Amino acid sequence: MSINDKPFLSVRDLKVHFPTDDGLVKSVNGLSFDLEKGKTLGIVGESGSGKSVTSLSIMGLHRAGGKRGAPQISGEIWLDGEDLVAAGPDRVRKLRGQKMAMIFQDPLTAMHPYYTVGAQIVEGYRAHHPGVSKREARKRAIEMLDRVGIPQPDKRVDNYPHEFSGGMRQRAMIAMALVNDPSLLIADEPTTALDVTVQAQILDLIRDLQKEFGSAVIIITHDLGVVAELADDILVMYGGKPVERGPAATLFESPEHPYTWGLLGSMPRLDRELQDRLTPVKGTPPSLINVPSGCAFHPRCPYAELTGGRSTTEVPVLAEAAPQHHAACHLPIAERHRIFADEIAPRL
Amino acid sequence: MLVYVFRRLVNVVFMLLVVAAVTFGIFFMVPKLTGSDPALLYVGKIADKAAVEGIRHKMGLDKSIIEQFWLFLKGIFVGRDFNAGVDVTHCSAPCLGYSFKTEREVWPLLLDRVGVDFSLAVGASILWVVLGTGTGVVSALRRGTLLDRITMTGALAGVSLPMYFTGLVALAVFANNLGWFPNNYTDFADDPLLWFEGLVLPWITLAFLFAATYARLSRATLLDVLGEDYIRTARAKGLAEPVVIGKHAMRSTLTPILTIFGMDLGGLLGGAVLTEKTFNLRGLGYEAVTSIASSDLPVIMGVTLFAAFFIIMANLLVDMLYAVVDPRVRLG
Repeated sequence: MSINDKPFLSVRDLKVHFPTDDGLVKSVNGLSFDLEKGKTLGIVGESGSGKSVTSLSIMGLHRAGGKRGAPQISGEIWLDGEDLVAAGPDRVRKLRGQKMAMIFQDPLTAMHPYYTVGAQIVEGYRAHHPGVSKREARKRAIEMLDRVGIPQPDKRVDNYPHEFSGGMRQRAMIAMALVNDPSLLIADEPTTALDVTVQAQILDLIRDLQKEFGSAVIIITHDLGVVAELADDILVMYGGKPVERGPAATLFESPEHPYTWGLLGSMPRLDRELQDRLTPVKGTPPSLINVPSGCAFHPRCPYAELTGGRSTTEVPVLAEAAPQHHAACHLPIAERHRIFADEIAPRL
Repeated sequence: MLVYVFRRLVNVVFMLLVVAAVTFGIFFMVPKLTGSDPALLYVGKIADKAAVEGIRHKMGLDKSIIEQFWLFLKGIFVGRDFNAGVDVTHCSAPCLGYSFKTEREVWPLLLDRVGVDFSLAVGASILWVVLGTGTGVVSALRRGTLLDRITMTGALAGVSLPMYFTGLVALAVFANNLGWFPNNYTDFADDPLLWFEGLVLPWITLAFLFAATYARLSRATLLDVLGEDYIRTARAKGLAEPVVIGKHAMRSTLTPILTIFGMDLGGLLGGAVLTEKTFNLRGLGYEAVTSIASSDLPVIMGVTLFAAFFIIMANLLVDMLYAVVDPRVRLG
């Protein structure tokens, strides 16, 4: 616990809504979680579940949301005893890149094509260390490239991003993010754009660096396989809301929410007998403007009838299903355990 | 890089040769097709057959097209004598031809004229690049505001209003009514101040026309660039917004601007017909119009080659600058 007895990162009832011509897009609609230093949280969900908007909001990057209008944000994001929602944009900018850093999905488009990798790392370092000379910053950049496993870092520092391979680029992105020793690292789909062989290397790298720096890490992904090995805790999001939250081991062992079952069922497994086919989650992600009534997942949930109509009228809240393990589902706990044991587990 | 530049320069020579050959071919063929006789154009209305044959021989029109073209090319390097026995007209190297109509050598004539276009193009281009991109960038950053709408409407007007309209209005108001600016051109060498004053209105009018395109292009490009992932990365690093925009976004925004700037500048240097006509400037465009009107073939040919040269060189320059701006572009 840090100052104020609050967790290092504490998100409380976060809501991020984007006004559009078609209506209010409720990208994140009431999200709470805590994260301590040295721990890793995996946020899992489909496209449009609000996981990326959550991370951008923590970074204060939701304001420059590109084509969408200025978002409405409410709730609290406490980072080391400071509420980032209440803090001014200038204050958040100073924390950005220094206390909290982010790596993105596609390392090719995430780096400026016209500047060398070194120059882009140096820039991030000097932005938060104004007194440091260019020469010192360059030394620091080479040191960071070496740290993330780039061979011949003193030569590679002068390369342009397009002269790096995909995996190397993501390593360089990590070097860029870690150059100021951030206490919080957010990785938004860090391996999605990479080859499978490189994916494992990058995940290993993130894990090693976390051990070394002791920072808090948030991994955002749609791939449960990615977080299975890396995360201490997992948060599953659907339609802008958390639907299940718990320690990784428990969540994989006994998932509580039908949506999590769906995600697990659609995951290819090499360690099992040959499956005929993967079981996708039927239907499409919900509209974030006209969110389905009651439980947002009910139109796609195969067990919705078993709730006696509650799933269409009443919004479920996260409730403890086991110690530290919460799920937002109207199905009685006993019923969920029965369905999982009888119908889901044998297929996984 | 040097090898590349050399190869491109060889290419430039080759392209100019093609332009010259095509132009030459057209002027050789057209009189044949229309049944007119170029020699007749130069001897006056009442001329006897001997005089016509004399001028035909002197101009070299009695030779084959290949031979004529060869003499033309040779003249560029060593000069040329138009010889009809006693009557010799000398055209010194570089000889781009001789206008029998006005009794002048083409090369010095065009060299004399290009100064006007140079003054016009350089001044106007500085104005339109600064103003055009400036307003485009401000518009993009203030997208959707009243300011954005006003400037974009202005830009639409700039694109739509023809030069001869805005130019005449400017002349009528600022030169004739208010008398702020002279409405004639003075050579820089004669009086720099008058040169400047005389060019203010043409610069502004021309810049208005081009700035509109640049404003629209830079606005659209910047808006695109601002949506790029690497801009988000720059912000994620905690860079101040002026650095994000001024450094990261602007460098990408200027790349397409550079391309059209090279084309526009090259085109303008080869003559700005409407502007010159409107403001009574005697540049290459003016020379092109008068020579076409009087069927002064050697001058038309010279202007064409000049214009082609500027456009080709601007092209080359843009390609080279591109490699400097964008490290992904490799010349070779």
